[in-house]
Amino acid sequence: MARTNLVPPGPVIGKRAFQLPVVDGFLWLVRIAAIALILIGATRSIASARLSGQQWRDLVVFGIAQGSVYALVALGYTMVYGVLRFINFAHGEVFMIGAMTGYFVTDGLARTALWEAAPFLSLFIALICCMTVSALVALLLERVAYRPLRGAPRLIPFITAIGASFFLQYTMASLFGTSVKSYPEVEVLTGSFTLLGFRVLRVHLLVIVAALVIMAGLYLYVEKTKAGKAMRAVSEDQETAKLMGINVDRTIARVFGVGGAMAGAAGLLFGLVFQNVFFLSGFLPGIKAFTAAVLGGIGNIPGAAVGGLTLGMVESMGPSLVLVGLGIPAAHQLKDVVAFVTLVLVLIFRPTGILGERVSEDRG
Amino acid sequence: MGTRRYQFVACLVGALALVGAACAPEEQKATEFTPGPLGAVTVEPGAPIKIGLIQAISGDTASLGQDQVRAVEIAIEDKGGNLLEHPVRTQVEDDLCKAEGGTIAGQKLAADPQIAAVVGSSCSGAAVPAMEILSGKGVVMISGSNTSPSLTSDLRGKQGGAFKKGYLRTAHNDIIQGQAAATFAFQKLGAKRAATIHDGDPYTEGLANAFGSSFKELGGTISLATAISKGDTDMRPVLTEVAASKPDVVFFPIFQPEADFIVKQAKGFPLLADTKKLFGADGLLSDTFVVIGQTEGMYFSGPATPTGPTYQELVGKYEKKYGEKPIQAFHAHAYDAVNMIFAAIEKVAVKDTDGTVHIDRQKLIDAMYATKDYQGLTGTLTCDKFGDCADAKIDIVQNSPTQKTIDQVRGNVLFTFVPPETG
Repeated sequence: MARTNLVPPGPVIGKRAFQLPVVDGFLWLVRIAAIALILIGATRSIASARLSGQQWRDLVVFGIAQGSVYALVALGYTMVYGVLRFINFAHGEVFMIGAMTGYFVTDGLARTALWEAAPFLSLFIALICCMTVSALVALLLERVAYRPLRGAPRLIPFITAIGASFFLQYTMASLFGTSVKSYPEVEVLTGSFTLLGFRVLRVHLLVIVAALVIMAGLYLYVEKTKAGKAMRAVSEDQETAKLMGINVDRTIARVFGVGGAMAGAAGLLFGLVFQNVFFLSGFLPGIKAFTAAVLGGIGNIPGAAVGGLTLGMVESMGPSLVLVGLGIPAAHQLKDVVAFVTLVLVLIFRPTGILGERVSEDRG
Repeated sequence: MGTRRYQFVACLVGALALVGAACAPEEQKATEFTPGPLGAVTVEPGAPIKIGLIQAISGDTASLGQDQVRAVEIAIEDKGGNLLEHPVRTQVEDDLCKAEGGTIAGQKLAADPQIAAVVGSSCSGAAVPAMEILSGKGVVMISGSNTSPSLTSDLRGKQGGAFKKGYLRTAHNDIIQGQAAATFAFQKLGAKRAATIHDGDPYTEGLANAFGSSFKELGGTISLATAISKGDTDMRPVLTEVAASKPDVVFFPIFQPEADFIVKQAKGFPLLADTKKLFGADGLLSDTFVVIGQTEGMYFSGPATPTGPTYQELVGKYEKKYGEKPIQAFHAHAYDAVNMIFAAIEKVAVKDTDGTVHIDRQKLIDAMYATKDYQGLTGTLTCDKFGDCADAKIDIVQNSPTQKTIDQVRGNVLFTFVPPETG
């Protein structure tokens, strides 16, 4: 209701004052209906005792693991958006290239003695390779496709990004074929163990720990180092940053490089969990990670992490918890619908995302 | 005044010319050949008889269409390249295995009045729009690999939602494949509870539902009928639900790459870790799927490979011409389909003394539906009024450790299902 007070005085005030409560009221109805549906679905689902407590806890772990991968990819979207205010739609493909690199490296290493003798060292080598290749691709993308368009209206690099996305997809398809590539088995990552009543697959633990470490590293990098400070300054105001002696082009390239490296790491983790990659693997996770970035508040680094985890949990739990409880058949087919409906609902409750958008006021 | 008289004369001349033009050919035709309500194809002396092909020849499912295009080419060669002393030409359109591809291919072929008949499509999803367009133009269409029940009927007299007059197929109806898989699971594996997973595609959904209803009729229980969506990678949540329903067998007639994720992630569930509980269909009988370690022990349903010397002859010609063994399961069905078209054209075509051939579209359609006891490579074909012509036999095969290639897996037949006479 507070919003009606913001209406500027004028001849239209009567009309607006009438309309806004209607819109507000409608939004409140949507919010109440959404909460009611979720509660009804959840209680009926839990009451039916269809899944055991163990199985519910499994779903939580699956959601966290999937969410960690989304979070790592979402960081790339959010950092580029924070600095340049544009959505780098080719970022999903940078992620896919990371997963592809991971396939070639692990497949090669699996034939050597090192794979058996020192599995974690092999995985670390693979991680470095994936991060490097993805970072290089992201840097190249920035240099070739985006830097020449700096200063052009925002729509133009956006469309270029879509073009770049197709270019990368079909380059990979023509270089390595369209077939599905299968990661080798990693002995140390098979099996599971129980932790505080949660049954965790080893590979999921690796993903969660690796994602946490990488995200913490990124946070420290952005908050504590000089390069990070430069990034924040460029994100605040490019012109002033330039006047302060910051090399804006180099800083932006660094943002792309770091975002690419995160996507490369996510690619390897994705490959280790799902053991498959092909040239279209980046599309859907890319869209989901973008959703996660918006969900958490775009431009906000902790927001990307929160958004990714939320989205992963919602995808994993949503169909079983809410949709099945509401009596919807074949609920898991609607996993993507659940993810995007969650985005809409969160934006209805909090239009700037869970942790809020963090962009400078004059341009954001 | 002068101009007005000229105008009048000009109009009169024009009108007379139109009447003349309209009448003259009509009179000529009337003496020799009267086209039916759907019109006719007229093939001038020396002109080719054109057959349209709607097949998936690019993308992930390219092998499905490529296999059938090759079979049609061999069938034409076997005819000596000629039909009624006219050369036979094909026009291949890509159906992309999608509805959009089917629409474009159907429109292109419907726009050409010389197309006598169409062999296609590869995928059921593409057949729906293509059938609608071609049926409107009276062009007969026969597919060698569409299997969705919605395209014809449920085999109990209820017309499918997408059926249009003029559509036929030599491939089996998935009602039969569902019956075969359900019979095998219930009787041979002793399963009492089954779960099904489809991915929303008309083929996978139709087959999963057909399996479900047959399994229930046999006395089993469907513990869970669920679905995933194309592009999903994390199957663990849905597998949690599947495992919670405690099935004895999981039937998932879907495609790669989603099926890869299902078999790999099923390993983490104690209840689903036994691969002998996993059951796929012909969409997964591919050389990239059976090499996955976790598919060892899995069962698959699919059309039976034909037997007999004439089929071996086709395989021989295929290998000689294309340098490899048939790449998919439906080449013999496509070979039979195009030969049925040739037989029907020979039956209804009217030939003028100068060699012009008239093919009445209505009569061609009627002749196709009237096909009875046609001896094809895939068996003895008889068409019902909804266009199901197949002499369907379904094989259930198992991928065991001794099988290395897809041919060997296809050859490891545990059970062959022949549908009871439905009359």
